[in-house]
Amino acid sequence: MCEPFMDLSFDLTAGDFERAGEASGKIKKTLQQIGVSADIVRRVAIGTYEGEMNVIIHSHGGTAKAHIYPEYTVVVLEDTGPGIADIELAVQEGYSTAPDYVRDLGFGAGMGLPNMKSCSDCFEIVSKAGEGTKITMRFAHKKA
Amino acid sequence: MKIGELIDKLDLEVKTDAGGLEREVDNCYVSDLLSNVMGQASPGAVWITMQGHQNVAAVASLLSLGAVIVGGGAAIEEETLKKARENDITILASAAPVFEIAGRLYAEGLRGAARNA
Ligand SMILES: Nc1ncnc2c1ncn2[C@@H]1O[C@H](COP(=O)(O)OP(=O)(O)OP(=O)(O)O)[C@@H](O)[C@H]1O
Ligand SMILES: [Mg+2]
Repeated sequence: MCEPFMDLSFDLTAGDFERAGEASGKIKKTLQQIGVSADIVRRVAIGTYEGEMNVIIHSHGGTAKAHIYPEYTVVVLEDTGPGIADIELAVQEGYSTAPDYVRDLGFGAGMGLPNMKSCSDCFEIVSKAGEGTKITMRFAHKKA
Repeated sequence: MKIGELIDKLDLEVKTDAGGLEREVDNCYVSDLLSNVMGQASPGAVWITMQGHQNVAAVASLLSLGAVIVGGGAAIEEETLKKARENDITILASAAPVFEIAGRLYAEGLRGAARNA
């Protein structure tokens, strides 16, 4: 099947901690409602939350989208900058440029991108310094 | 063990009960780093932390945790409790240091169940 049977889209505002987690929460609920297994829903929730927080904390703002297919879900996080100069460095466990005020809130372990990678079956970052970042994660609804 | 029993044994203050006091819990995770909790805590776990801001409720909800204990007398934002109520998250508070809370839960038979996503 080529057409997603459900598309969800959310705007993410830079620095908006109040609504942080809403996009992930709604995507989680939708997948639960359509009967995706708890373990897979959990992986999608973790990956999406980490991506959502990165857009809110590190970028100028963007969107979170979920394309739900019968067999898998694709989550895309896209922002308008500032981009990631060294992607290889950014995905290393423990690497973080999080400012102090978000570290005080418990962010900045440098585990977000590694979590996104380990939760998803397919993980891709496209980014360029000075431009935006686009992260795509794919989650199979059944474990291979 | 039921969350209600933990509350009695450790003299925890119930901030939001979310109908969760009858819930059974058998494992626990301690951390103040949210993405560490995201990657490691198991479903249904009791999460002990000194963070009291609203992202705690979001993390607990997304992971379907059993309960959150905010230890060390750390302040809990009103927004956190509001989000917890909306998402059926049980939030408990204690003035005891987190080491003490974790030790007592261990003595009650709870164990860690770190997992790798
Ligand atoms: N959307 C983004 N735009 C720009 N930079 C980003 C973006 N996402 C991640 N980064 C960069 O990659 C680093 C690592 O991200 P990662 O999510 O792994 O850790 P973190 O967000 O710093 O901390 P944690 O996720 O553990 O709270 C960030 O500190 C930041 O420098
Ligand atoms: Mg992050």
